Amino acid sequence: MSIEAPEGTHTDLDSAERVHRRDGSAVLRVSEAEAFELAGDPDNPDDDERMILNMGPSHPSTHGVLRLMLEMEGETVLRTKPVIGYLHTGMEKTGENLSYLQGPTNVTRMDYAAPLFSELAFSLATEKLLGIEVPPRATWIRMLMCELNRVASHLLFQATNGMDLGAVSMMIYGWREREEVLRFFEKVTGLRMNHNYIRPGGVAADLPDGWQDDVRRLLDLIPPRLDEYDTLLTGQPIFRERLQGVGVMTPAEALALSATGPILRSTGYAWDLRRDEPYLAYDQVDFDVLVGTYGDSFDRFAIRLNETRESLRIVEQILDQMPSGDYRTQDKKVTPPPRARIDDSMEALIHHFKIFTEGFHVPEGEVYVAVESPRGELGCYLVSDGGPNPYRMHIRGPSFVNLQTLPHLMEGGLIADAVAVISSVDPIMGEVDR
Amino acid sequence: MRRLPILGDVSRVSDDGLEGLEHNFVTARIEDLVKWSRARSCWPATFGLACCAIEMMATGAAHYDLARYGMEVFRASPRQADLMIVAGRVSQKMAPILRQIYDQMMEPKWVISMGVCASSGGMFNNYAIVQGVDQVVPVDVYAPGCPPGPETLMHAILTLHESIRTGELTRRREANDGGAAIHVEPPSPDGTTEQPVQLGSR
Amino acid sequence: MTTTVPETSSFGQRVLHPLPDQLFATASDLRDGGFLTAVDVTAVDYLAHPGRTDLPADVSPERFEVVVFLHAHQRRERVRLRVQVPVGDPVVPSLFDLFPGTEAMEREVFDLFGITFDGHPDMTRILLPEEWEGHPLRKDVDTGRIPVQFREAPVQR
Repeated sequence: MSIEAPEGTHTDLDSAERVHRRDGSAVLRVSEAEAFELAGDPDNPDDDERMILNMGPSHPSTHGVLRLMLEMEGETVLRTKPVIGYLHTGMEKTGENLSYLQGPTNVTRMDYAAPLFSELAFSLATEKLLGIEVPPRATWIRMLMCELNRVASHLLFQATNGMDLGAVSMMIYGWREREEVLRFFEKVTGLRMNHNYIRPGGVAADLPDGWQDDVRRLLDLIPPRLDEYDTLLTGQPIFRERLQGVGVMTPAEALALSATGPILRSTGYAWDLRRDEPYLAYDQVDFDVLVGTYGDSFDRFAIRLNETRESLRIVEQILDQMPSGDYRTQDKKVTPPPRARIDDSMEALIHHFKIFTEGFHVPEGEVYVAVESPRGELGCYLVSDGGPNPYRMHIRGPSFVNLQTLPHLMEGGLIADAVAVISSVDPIMGEVDR
Repeated sequence: MRRLPILGDVSRVSDDGLEGLEHNFVTARIEDLVKWSRARSCWPATFGLACCAIEMMATGAAHYDLARYGMEVFRASPRQADLMIVAGRVSQKMAPILRQIYDQMMEPKWVISMGVCASSGGMFNNYAIVQGVDQVVPVDVYAPGCPPGPETLMHAILTLHESIRTGELTRRREANDGGAAIHVEPPSPDGTTEQPVQLGSR
Repeated sequence: MTTTVPETSSFGQRVLHPLPDQLFATASDLRDGGFLTAVDVTAVDYLAHPGRTDLPADVSPERFEVVVFLHAHQRRERVRLRVQVPVGDPVVPSLFDLFPGTEAMEREVFDLFGITFDGHPDMTRILLPEEWEGHPLRKDVDTGRIPVQFREAPVQR
């Protein structure tokens, strides 16, 4: 089986064969009952070579409710089975019963570390089906909020990654900085998380007065703190020992396993939807796509740390270029009339009532829209039958797909490194299970 | 001469009474002391499920500083915890595990249902989500919000502390025969346990 | 391309409509043509929306539709394969041998729609409990509340 070489990569391309194997692969494909048989006889003292170790679903370092079945030989991990579904929420089913205006409320609860990205993907897909354009200010507000959300999400990663590796003070620092970003979110959207801010047609509200000062404060505050992280972690020998060379992946493997985001970039494959398939106004801002060299956990850590800086760079440019104008489209079909008109116009009242009870009808069709979330490609596949609710709403969660790399990253490693690998994949279980 | 820390010389207590001591006693009923210490050293189990877990962790971090209430020690082992904060939506797949972790916790134990998903299923009234965690474990305090902010969670925790301190929970548990009026049928002795346990609706 | 597959366009996105037994060959050809990544695999149940108009004339609509998203990073191209799957025989070939990344996605489709992928190494439920009955994303399954289904956890003290 030949795999075409991606340009500009310098890794052994036959390595993708590793992830294509059916038998003897890194993925443990057994049921609960078979796992018992595989684990051998616990009462037989001679039968101690192989064991099945269960990790999770309630385990402090599995980032929520991820459960792993690890086949171990001594301290070495042979095969792994990620068991998911402990947070399965049926959001795709619920989404079929909500109108397009209510849809962001639903999808925002998927990736709770970066909620605005799910809203953005859903809104962009709806707008594509409707064929409407959003005003430039709405686009730039969306970009501003998404980049700040990426900062918050990567700070959360720094906190949990540090804690998983024993740097507990990192936990405190990461949350402290994230709190600052969340304060700005609360001011803009009214909520710290699950904002329902980006909606089909624009955003829910304009930025509050004085938002420039708040953003500038963040821009002054966070970069020195990131430098502190560098001092604390990047050069620290223990931290490097725990991460370097742990959980290695090649670009060909990552592509075959459909991995996206920092995992793909850590292998040296420069792919970022913001640059390569620009959406919003990302083609008008200047930023770098960061890649790793070895595809190990340390590269993934370093990419996320430096992507935070790149995001802040984008935010700085947004601050200078933010256009004025409407924050949502003036298309009467999707946007309710202004509050003042409802008092003196019967038609406006009916219009308002219809939008919020029945919702607006979306032309028949199906569309797929992808955005670059902090975890990778977040896609929304919408099928409309012409009614006010999506006929089918499917979210391609990057965490769900990236989780498939776990067995391959952990194969042959030590059990103590498993924690580092899980942490560097940075799965958000709400998005995995949906 | 026998000196005890804080109290001072206690060798003449039998003759002079409490007069000769450097500090005085505070007397209390042992029951009140137990309740007070239980309320002031409530250790939560790490039971983060979804969005609310992030807010729960934010509550424990630097800015909101849950350590002020003696609660900063999130225990990974349910054996060492006496409070379960059910933070997030409970799926049908997670419910048995939730119950098992609750059963593994030592008495006395308390449950805070954090967020609307845990309290009532919230906006997810569908096939996958248990419509209220109180169908599975007895809940003492419900924290509203989606997700509840750290302030709401702290209010819920302080409410629980107050209920523990005043003994309100103990009285209610006794009245309800040890639970929150939930009765799970024990498995029948002839081994016909294949039938899934059906809990009555609230 | 060895076989001709009807092609349409939806909002500027390229869509191919292979038959179930053409799926593997089509995907294989596409992979040789640079589509190295299967971004996603999902399905749609068209039970409640029978008269859809976006299919080419020579493709007969069926109740289920498996949708495969392929991506050629180098050429910045995407293509979507929409496969009509009849309800009487909901089986399509698995793409695992071409794109191992489809393993979890195909399991998800099996779990939620009951469409089997022939040749998949581990065709079991992924999101729902192993003993769950039914496939909830089918349109004939109601959204509404289902009573709590679980066995009493063994008390281990």
